[in-house]
Amino acid sequence: MAEAVNFKAIGTRPIRPDGIEKVTGRANFGADLSLPDMLHGKVLRSPHAHARIKRIDLSKALAIDGVYAAVSSADFPQEVTSSLSTNILARDKALYHGHALAAVAARTPRIAEEAIEFIEVEYEVLPPVLSLDEAMQSGATLVRENLYTNGDESIPPSNIAATQKFERGDIETGFAKAELIVEEEFRVPSAHQGYIEPHACVATSNPGGRVTIWCTTQGPFEVRSATAGVLGKTVSDIKVIPSEIGGGFGGKTVVYLEPVAVRLSELTGKPVKMVMNREEVFRATGPASATHCKIKVGATRDGRITATKAWLAYEAGAFPGSPMGPGCMSVLAPYDIENFLIEGYDVLVNKPKVAAYRAPGAPQSMHAMECVIDELARQLDMDPIDLRIKNAAKEGTIAPYGPKFPPIGLVECLEAAKRHPNYTNKPSEGVGRGVAVGFWFNIGMQSSAEVCVAEDGAVSILEGSPDIGGSRASMCLMAAETLGVSYESINAHIGDTESTGFCNLTGGSRTTFATGLAVVRACEDIIAQCKARAALTWELDVDQVDWEDGRAIPKPGVNVDVEPLSLADIAKTMSRTGGPLLGRASLNAQGAGACFSVNWTDVTVDRETGKVDVKAFTAVQDAGRAIHPAYVEGQMQGGAVQGLGWALNEEYIYDKNGMVENASFLDYRVPVASDMPMIDCEIVEVPNPSHPYGVRGVGETPIVAPLAATSNAVRDILGFRINDLPLSPPRVLAAIDEGK
Amino acid sequence: MSKIYVTTTVNGRPEDVLCEAHQTLLELLRDEIGLTGTKEGCGTGDCGACTVLLDDRLVCACLVLAPEANGKHVTTVEGIADSRDGLHVVQQKLLEHAALQCGVCTPGFVVAAKALLDKNPDPDEETIRYWLAGNLCRCTGYDKIVRAVQDAAQELATTK
Repeated sequence: MAEAVNFKAIGTRPIRPDGIEKVTGRANFGADLSLPDMLHGKVLRSPHAHARIKRIDLSKALAIDGVYAAVSSADFPQEVTSSLSTNILARDKALYHGHALAAVAARTPRIAEEAIEFIEVEYEVLPPVLSLDEAMQSGATLVRENLYTNGDESIPPSNIAATQKFERGDIETGFAKAELIVEEEFRVPSAHQGYIEPHACVATSNPGGRVTIWCTTQGPFEVRSATAGVLGKTVSDIKVIPSEIGGGFGGKTVVYLEPVAVRLSELTGKPVKMVMNREEVFRATGPASATHCKIKVGATRDGRITATKAWLAYEAGAFPGSPMGPGCMSVLAPYDIENFLIEGYDVLVNKPKVAAYRAPGAPQSMHAMECVIDELARQLDMDPIDLRIKNAAKEGTIAPYGPKFPPIGLVECLEAAKRHPNYTNKPSEGVGRGVAVGFWFNIGMQSSAEVCVAEDGAVSILEGSPDIGGSRASMCLMAAETLGVSYESINAHIGDTESTGFCNLTGGSRTTFATGLAVVRACEDIIAQCKARAALTWELDVDQVDWEDGRAIPKPGVNVDVEPLSLADIAKTMSRTGGPLLGRASLNAQGAGACFSVNWTDVTVDRETGKVDVKAFTAVQDAGRAIHPAYVEGQMQGGAVQGLGWALNEEYIYDKNGMVENASFLDYRVPVASDMPMIDCEIVEVPNPSHPYGVRGVGETPIVAPLAATSNAVRDILGFRINDLPLSPPRVLAAIDEGK
Repeated sequence: MSKIYVTTTVNGRPEDVLCEAHQTLLELLRDEIGLTGTKEGCGTGDCGACTVLLDDRLVCACLVLAPEANGKHVTTVEGIADSRDGLHVVQQKLLEHAALQCGVCTPGFVVAAKALLDKNPDPDEETIRYWLAGNLCRCTGYDKIVRAVQDAAQELATTK
C-alpha cells in the first residue's frame, strides 16, 4: 500500500467546476448548437449487409423543395481510399446493414429525412459473411476481394486482415510439465458502447475554404486530422471545437458525420448540422468485436501455471482494425508464465466497423482466460484468489507483450480482495460467487496545458482533453496541490484545436495521467515565474526564494525582513514585475502505469426463467493515486455495470441476412437502475513512479473483469459452466434444460 | 403544411408556438423555444434523457406531440433550480456525490428524481431504483445517483 502522504487537495472530493452547468441543463452537448441559416443533413444507409452498388442517383432527392445538396462518395476525393473514408460513404460495395451511402442537406431535419428516401440506389445483393467461423474458412465469401493477410500477396486474399503472435519459452515443454490441463473455448458477442448522446456535429465552411466543426468527440485533434484526410485538406484548414460530450467509452474516437457535414456545407455555403438517431448509432457506429477465444492452461498440482496457449479471433466488422492486438497483450498480463503462445486474428465480416470500447479487446480475451483460471482453481480445490496470487505478475515480471513491469498493484489488489468483508463473508445458500482479474496497460501520448493567473489570483487551466467523466475536477485538484492554492480558486477549460496546444484524445485512460502531468508542469512554470517575481520585489537572487504553501518565501538562511508573497499578492502587482503570469507545458508522456483490478460478484439464478440477478458486486482496483476518489469510484462502478450488461444481456442480434434486429435501447437492453445493486469499491494505491502524484489511468480496467466474474459466479451456482455470453435468460434456461 | 397554434407554459413562462402536427414536445422545447437542457438520447422513449413534467406527470418529451402540450404546464430541467434559493437539493446532492460523469442523462434524472421526492419524500433504495429505471445512465452504474437521491430525501426530511 501507499506510504502516507500529506496532500491538501489530492484525495479530496470537491464538486466539479462544470457541475452546475450540467445539473441545470446549461451545458451544451453535440446536438445543442444551432446557427443562423443552418441546414440539416441526413444519411441514407444500406438496407443490405453486403451488396455491390451499381448506381446511386441523387437527382430526385435534389429536386425536392427545401433540399440544398446531396452527396455520395463520388463527391469526395477519389484518391483517398482509406477505411475511414470508405466507411463514411460506401464506394463500390455496401459492406454492412447501416453502411452510409449518400447524404442530403435540407432546410429542416424532416425534409432531409424524407428526401433520402428519394435517392435511387441500384444494388447487386451479395451473400454476407456473418460469423468468424464462416469468415475464416478457406473459400469463404470475401468481404474485400483484395485483402491479403498482413499484406502478404503471395497467399490468396482472405477475410483475415492481420495476425499477431506473442510467444515465450516452449509450450510443449510447459504442457509436458503440467499435472493438470484445462482447455475451453468461449464466444463473446458484439456489444455497443451505448453512450446516451448520439453522434452530432455542425460544420461550416467559409468561401475561403476555412472549415469550423463543432462536435461531440473524445479527440478534437483527431477529428481535425481524420476529416482533413477524408476531404484531402490540410489540418490547418480545419478548426474543431469540442462540445460537452455525452459519453464515448472509445466510440467517439473516430469520425462518421463530420466530413460529410463539411462537404455539404462547402456545396451549400451554409452551416450543416447532422445528428444521428439511436438506430443509426447502433447500426453504423461502435461496436466492440465479437470474439471466439480458445484457452489451454497447464499447471502443477500446487497451482503453478506451466504453460498457456491462447487463440483469439476478433471480428473487425467490414474493415481491418479490430482490437486483436490489445486483446493479445492483455490476455495473460496478470500472470507470470514461463511458456506461452498467444495468437490473434483480425477478421472481416459484413458488420459495422468496430470501434474502441473501454479497454478494447481485453474484456473478451480476459473473459476466456479468467474463466479457465476459475476452472483450474476448482480442479485444484484452491481459493481463486490464492491461485492468482501464486501466479501473479509483479514488479520486474516481463509482461507478455515485452516490457518489464515497473511497480504494479496486482498482488496488492488480490490481497485487499482476500481480506475484504465482502469476500470473507461466504455467500449464502443459493448464491453463487465468481472472481476475476482485470487489466489495462494504459497509454501516455501528447498533451498540452496552459495555466493563467488573473489579477485577483484566480487560476484558469486551458487544456485539450474533452471532459468525459469529471477530469476538470482532477486537473484543478492537481493544480491546487502543486500551486498550494485552494481548489475553489481554480477553473479548468477545454480548448479548441486553435486555442490550445496539440492534445491527443481522451482515451486509453490517459487524461488524468498525461494531461494531468502537463497541468502539473504548467503549474511548476507558474511557480518558477512567481519565485522570480518575488526575487525581483525583494531584490534577491531567484535561487534565494522558495515556494511553500502557495507563497513565495525567502529560503532558510536568507536574511531579509519581508512578508511572504501569495499567488494573489504576486498577481496583484504582476503588471509591474513583468506582465501576465502564464505557465505552460507540452509533453509526450511516458510511463503510463498499468492498472490491475480484482472483481467479484454474488448472483442468483432463477431456474424457471433463466434470469441471473446480481446481488452484490465488489471492485478493487489500483489507481496509483486517486486524485478525486469519487470519480475513480465512478469509473470503477460505471465500468462494472457496463461489464455486467455485456455479461448478462447485451448483444447484437442479426438475422440470417445480416440485418441488425435490435437497433434500439428497447431491444438492446443496457442495465437500468433496478437491475443493479450498489457497486462496492476499494481503491488500492501503488503509486506510478512516472507521475509526480503517482497517477495511473483508471478508466478502462473496470470493464474487463466483470464478464468473467459473472460467468464464474453463474458457474458456481449452476454447477456447470456456460461458456458463451451473454448469460441472458434464454441461454441460461436452455443450458439448465439441457442439464448440461 | 398548415401549422398548429400551441399555447403552453414552460417553467412558468407562457409560450405561444406554431408547430407542425408531427413535431414532438421535445422538438418544441429544443428547436422552437431554445431550451436544450432536455436531451434526445433515443427518440423512442427508451432512455429517459428527455424526461419532463407535463402537468406534474413524468413523460418522455420525445413521445408527446407538441400540440398535446396545449394548455398544459411543462417543467424542464431549466425550471428545477430556484432563482432565489439556487440549486434544488437533488441537483446539489448529485454534485456532492459525483453522481454524474458525462452529464448528458443528468437533466432527465434531475426531473425524475425531483418528481419522486415530491410524491414520496422517504423512498427506500428499491423504490428509487424502480422509479429511475426509465432513465438510462451509461457512465455511473447508478450507484452514486441512487445514493444522491437517498441523501436528498434525508436532507429534505431534516430541513422540514
